[in-house]
Amino acid sequence: MTPEPEPVVRMSGITKTFGGVPALRDVSFDLRPAEVHALVGENGAGKSTLIKVLTGVHQADAGDIVYQGEHVSYATPLEAQLAGLSTIYQEINLVPLMTVAENVFLGREPRRALGLVDHAAMRRQARELLAGVGIDTDVDRPLRSLGTGTQQMVAIARAISTDARVVIMDEPTSSLEPREVDTLFRVIRELTERGIAIVYVSHKMDELFEICERVTVLRDGRHVHTGPLADLTRVDLISRMLGREVGEGQGEGITAFATDAAEAMEAVTREPVLSVRGLTKRHQISGVDLDVAPGEIVGLGGLLGAGRSETVRNIAGATRADAGSVTVHGSMVRPGSPAAAITAGIGLLTEDRKADGVIPQLSVRENIVLAAMPRLSTAGLVSEKRQRAVVDTFMKRLRIKASSPEQKVGELSGGNQQKVLLARWLCMNPTILLLDEPTRGIDVGAKAEVQALVAELAREGLAVVLVSSEMEELVEGAHRIIALHEGEIVGELCGGEITEDRLVEMLSRDGGPLDDAHGTRESHRYHDVGDARVAEDPGGGGGVDTPLQEADR
Amino acid sequence: MSTTTAPSVGEQEATRDDTRRSRVDLGLVRDYGVYVALLVLILFNVIFTPYFLTSANLRVQLVQVAPVVIVALGMAMVIGTEGIDLSVGSVMALAGALVPLYLGYGVPVAILVALVGGLVSGLFAGTLVAYVGVQPIVATLGLLVGVRGIAQLLLGGQFRQIDSAGFNNLGTGAIGPVPVVVLVAVVVAALVGFLVRRTTFGRRLVAIGGNPVAARLAGLPVRRTLLTVYVASGLLAAAAGILLTAYQKAGTPSTQGLLMELTAITAVVVGGTPLSGGKIRVLGTIAGALLMQLVGATLIKHDLPQSINQMTQAVIIVAAVYVQRNRGGARR
Repeated sequence: MTPEPEPVVRMSGITKTFGGVPALRDVSFDLRPAEVHALVGENGAGKSTLIKVLTGVHQADAGDIVYQGEHVSYATPLEAQLAGLSTIYQEINLVPLMTVAENVFLGREPRRALGLVDHAAMRRQARELLAGVGIDTDVDRPLRSLGTGTQQMVAIARAISTDARVVIMDEPTSSLEPREVDTLFRVIRELTERGIAIVYVSHKMDELFEICERVTVLRDGRHVHTGPLADLTRVDLISRMLGREVGEGQGEGITAFATDAAEAMEAVTREPVLSVRGLTKRHQISGVDLDVAPGEIVGLGGLLGAGRSETVRNIAGATRADAGSVTVHGSMVRPGSPAAAITAGIGLLTEDRKADGVIPQLSVRENIVLAAMPRLSTAGLVSEKRQRAVVDTFMKRLRIKASSPEQKVGELSGGNQQKVLLARWLCMNPTILLLDEPTRGIDVGAKAEVQALVAELAREGLAVVLVSSEMEELVEGAHRIIALHEGEIVGELCGGEITEDRLVEMLSRDGGPLDDAHGTRESHRYHDVGDARVAEDPGGGGGVDTPLQEADR
Repeated sequence: MSTTTAPSVGEQEATRDDTRRSRVDLGLVRDYGVYVALLVLILFNVIFTPYFLTSANLRVQLVQVAPVVIVALGMAMVIGTEGIDLSVGSVMALAGALVPLYLGYGVPVAILVALVGGLVSGLFAGTLVAYVGVQPIVATLGLLVGVRGIAQLLLGGQFRQIDSAGFNNLGTGAIGPVPVVVLVAVVVAALVGFLVRRTTFGRRLVAIGGNPVAARLAGLPVRRTLLTVYVASGLLAAAAGILLTAYQKAGTPSTQGLLMELTAITAVVVGGTPLSGGKIRVLGTIAGALLMQLVGATLIKHDLPQSINQMTQAVIIVAAVYVQRNRGGARR
């Protein structure tokens, strides 16, 4: 890599304060043309704010931004975008009901004379742009009919459609499957070949080390480090981010749930507390059987759209299963009723924190006691005193960082919001906890804490079902992994045989029988999963009539 | 306390930054603006309006605002669930029609029947919203039209005078210096305040308004709660209708409670309850109702035409919505 002498973006002395609280303190950042520059830090380190200052969402209180040799300060994101600074946000900022083509050109539609939208040109250009990022889809489809991964690619197509010189990607892979990540990386490399500079924000160490050349680390709103990524080990990088020595699990970059094979085998022999039989929901899952014993962490593995989330959501009554039964301690749970599932001792930590979890206007206290409210009240009267006692306990145990229990949850960082939701279920004293992507989008520190907590809860006898897209988390966290494909169970790994390689092998196996030496409970059904992500019809031994793209949603 | 630290940069960054910025600018206005405006207006009247501070004038103002307060408090609870109840004015008319029809059975029976009218209307709206899944504005718009139709039908398109002194005393009587109407409004306010702040029902309302999906997944009885809140709104509207009927000494289905839904919504919004749900301000709603009442009274006292009054109200509504605007945006 030859360092370019003249950076395309140079930010210096950036300071930004929100309501008296500094978010950025004298931060500098420079970006060279054609480089992929990692911007890392824990949640709240100031990454998002720095990006927002650069792209005109916020204006810096002090400091200087030089872009392509000129001092700039954008008043709106649109101005920055037109100047060639494009951003792809973590949550896809597109309009679900509009078509793919309309989304790509939203606000910059190709015009004909009289200012009319040139739909033909728009469709054509959209197709070209999407083809450039490896997506072949009908651009007249409404965006929401696409899977999350594909939507992300649309967002990227949109970002580069503006002749961008700089593309900022904020957690671009958080909803992508491994093969989509590969596509993304290929696209990123193509972009850099065109001289485009990429700011890459991510928590995922693997990705950073794979794609990024340099790294800038922020911590508590301050600049901590900038340099070539190759000069750092993971441990170096993480300790710079955290500003402290990381405990066990350093080599992996994260502390995962502690598991060991003996513990796992012991759990399997215990009487299951949760038994699921033949759970079926049209277009989602079909005939899922699952047993979980107290103290056991069962992972659900599979690609996007395999039915992992759907499985836990149907168990918890978030959606009503078409067929099948869920029993807890031998008694049936009424399907389709979250209240019934909760009464039976089931707690579901949903995948989408914002949409299904927090109530942003309410306080930390009220969010925590939401489910437990009836238990903490007498004759319908709320006892804040009793609530406080519970809330204090869990805020301490989960180390929830809030200015007080009365702070609004919407003001907390993602990691702390997630802890609040965990507390909501823990204060119900559940027997079964269903965790759907419990560490998605939260910072490294909080992630390790959540993982350690889950392991601890399992040791205390909680039955846990864990859904995670992060192979590492699943492999290190679960005592047993059930592999799903297109809504059906296709295999199981237990205890010591759980490795990333085995799991990948199981998920990508081409219909052949797996090594079945581990005495699992169920017969395995294998399907052709090799190329399932992109193909409309996976073909082969499948036979589930669910188009993947729809199942993604 | 070891768990509570000063808000770090992290928390700040995680908030919607636009919200944060405007909260600095508008937060105080949003939280206390209505009280300040009310105070200023009262001061203005004390200084510039002759006979403002006479007990006769104050009594008139309070008696006039009392039904609005009662309706608006029901409305505030509905709006707290991110709903709306457009039927309240028509329900008032229905109550006004039912009372004279049943006064023959005695005052208590007439009142009870009128309340049942509000309850049934609320059950209908609540069922549509909670169980059928009709949008609140559509469901209650239907009732806005339909219920007034029923009210007019009941009295054959006429108004009916009431000469039962016992009943009319509700509207014009007083206990000590306090008019009965005002007393009822105060009791209702205390009740609703208690309900919202201290009961699980009240906390459910705001939880559902804040995030209905999360509320359902947390096992809250979302449908039952929604049904109940529309019933409560219907009951309160009927109560207001009964009081107004007694005050007017007549049931006047074609005019009674006309546009009350808009007056009530205005009071709620001006009082700082966001239309996007998740928050219910009881005192603010009362202050909002008082403010709008006083604006009207002030302009009339100073011989300004009705059109000025309407425009002033419009300005206040727009201002209230302006300071609230980020609350809706904060959810996505």
